[in-house]
Amino acid sequence: MALRIAVCVKQVPDPETPASAFKVDETANRVIPAPGIPPVVNGFDLHAVEAALRIKDAGDAEVTILSVGNGFVMDVMKKPLSMGADALVLAEDPEFEDLDAVSTVKVLAAMIEKTGPFDLILSGRQASDWDQAHVPLGLAERLGIPSVTLARNVEPQDGKVRIERALTDGYQVVEAPMPAVVTVSNELGEARYPTLRGIMAASRKQPERLSLDDLGLDGDALKPTLSLRRLFIPESESQVELIEGEDEADAGRKLALRLRELNLI
Amino acid sequence: MSGILVVGEVQDGAIAPVSGELLAAARKLAGEGVGGGISLAVMGDDLSAISAADAPGADRVILISHPALKDGGTGGYDAPVLALAAIYESTSPDVILFAKTDFGAVTGPRLAFKLGAPVAQDCIDLALDSDTGRVVVTRPVFGGNALAVYGFDGDGPQVATIRPGAFDAVEGEGTGTVEQFDVDDVMGGVRTVLVETVIQESEGVRLEDADIIISGGRGLGGPEPFDQLHELANILGGAVGASRAACDAGWVDHSYQIGLTGKSVKPSLYLSIGISGASQHMAGLSGARNIVAINKDGDANIFKAARFGVVGDWEKVLPAFMATVRDLAG
Ligand SMILES: Cc1cc2nc3c(=O)[nH]c(=O)nc-3n(C[C@H](O)[C@H](O)[C@H](O)COP(=O)(O)OP(=O)(O)OC[C@H]3O[C@@H](n4cnc5c(N)ncnc54)[C@H](O)[C@@H]3O)c2cc1C
Ligand SMILES: Nc1ncnc2c1ncn2[C@@H]1O[C@H](COP(=O)(O)O)[C@@H](O)[C@H]1O
Repeated sequence: MALRIAVCVKQVPDPETPASAFKVDETANRVIPAPGIPPVVNGFDLHAVEAALRIKDAGDAEVTILSVGNGFVMDVMKKPLSMGADALVLAEDPEFEDLDAVSTVKVLAAMIEKTGPFDLILSGRQASDWDQAHVPLGLAERLGIPSVTLARNVEPQDGKVRIERALTDGYQVVEAPMPAVVTVSNELGEARYPTLRGIMAASRKQPERLSLDDLGLDGDALKPTLSLRRLFIPESESQVELIEGEDEADAGRKLALRLRELNLI
Repeated sequence: MSGILVVGEVQDGAIAPVSGELLAAARKLAGEGVGGGISLAVMGDDLSAISAADAPGADRVILISHPALKDGGTGGYDAPVLALAAIYESTSPDVILFAKTDFGAVTGPRLAFKLGAPVAQDCIDLALDSDTGRVVVTRPVFGGNALAVYGFDGDGPQVATIRPGAFDAVEGEGTGTVEQFDVDDVMGGVRTVLVETVIQESEGVRLEDADIIISGGRGLGGPEPFDQLHELANILGGAVGASRAACDAGWVDHSYQIGLTGKSVKPSLYLSIGISGASQHMAGLSGARNIVAINKDGDANIFKAARFGVVGDWEKVLPAFMATVRDLAG
């Protein structure tokens, strides 16, 4: 029987947005979308999709993409499908704009209840908007299953999943019973590019859409547990002393002398 | 119900330096009015070498020893979550602090979700709101492009993980009491098994401890130039770091990565070569004192944070820089 894998992906503002185009509405405590820069699928989530597709390449697996959000851009959200995922399930509602981790977990858990059961739930290590790295941990806790973070390799076998977990100075090998939640990190290696065939196949697939009602959820239950009091761009004044010379080599020499002068080297 | 629980970490059998930073954060909150004292909990399989003298700032040191807590807790960190939930049951702290490390970034949120408590990850500051009597935290968001201030409104325990380097560790000798806390009864719930931990020992100075760091990015164009960075680091007694782009390209191991999802460092001199200075990279440098940049693009973000810079091609700048450094080293 095919292994059923869910991959949680989030649509986020492009983290490569130049700092000069990154703006915040300080009254509404919101990020203003940079004009002309479309959102992307969160980078680490593409690594999670890649991990799922590698499992599918190696055996029999069905990969379902789950996402919670508002204002989905279909060209963006279909990327995992064009990479090779089988199905896309979207929970979209104005209430889902900037949900906090606890509420996102509630919605994802309801989606999993509706579309599951899954043997393995993969996600990115963190979303590049609010940089929390919380949702998968909360999801595992809510589903009452184990979680393992920062995978650089994921191998399901005989009801268990074996994970190589990236540490800042090495790695761990961890085994958990399935179902389990596993977060994937960039150490896994590059996510594959969509092929032309994949893009064609994805264009024919329609996402399954689930509303607040379909999920049996009440908007009032999605209040944030932490209140955002202020959001602002910290002021930084450049104080750089640019070292110049007759040419670049001379500048390098002068830099060394200047650093020595201040006892920094 | 009261007090601050600091979840410390153990390194080579002793209390890890990052725990002192957490105690400093706890002391700040205590100074602003969080009563009930500060407890430092440390977990491991053998804590016999730990003494309260090494925990300045803690009123109590709670030792939690169990074989399942080896390597900071059996993989996936089930064991410490279970142990800490038991401590919570018995002591009901108002505030629980972790460091945002491999260990704390996972264990903190997992404990919070288990307790149904709100949690703030990767905080660089925290304070007590005198109106509400609750904690307020500041954390970088959007890769460090913005700062967000959150209030723990509501009630119940408040869990936060603190960015390493954000606080200066408490100095001096500790005078707290020491007690053991038994967790044998709760360890049956461990599901994930740690098969092995492989630590890649870095040669020379550890990045986290280095006073001088020479760091390279995508602009280096390949793995070979890192040999020169290593040579320079050797002469200066420093360590070599890298941007994620250089690590992802496979030029150096990911253990070199500095930044939001890499290491936080606090050198007195950080020399970056061919690094653009993306906010996610700079997030690892909040503790760096003098950033120096060599980059051919004068508009690169790195120059906004740098104290000294050379706008130029590193292939021309670096050899002359190194030759001069060698001469100076005599
Ligand atoms: C959620 C998230 C987490 C992340 N975490 C991290 C992290 O922990 N650490 C990290 O580093 N990044 C991280 N990143 C990636 C980050 O956004 C940048 O993509 C990355 O830091 C860029 O690396 P770079 O500066 O080496 O490359 P680039 O941005 O490509 O910059 C290369 C620089 O080299 C210069 N250059 C080129 N040739 C030369 C030459 N001959 N001489 C001199 N200069 C030259 C160029 O002018 C350019 O400024 C993260 C991203 C996300 C979304
Ligand atoms: N709204 C969402 N929809 C689907 N998955 C999400 C959502 N938010 C977070 N996730 C998943 O959880 C991971 C960590 O997110 P976060 O805790 O927000 O940093 C992401 O990389 C996604 O895989």
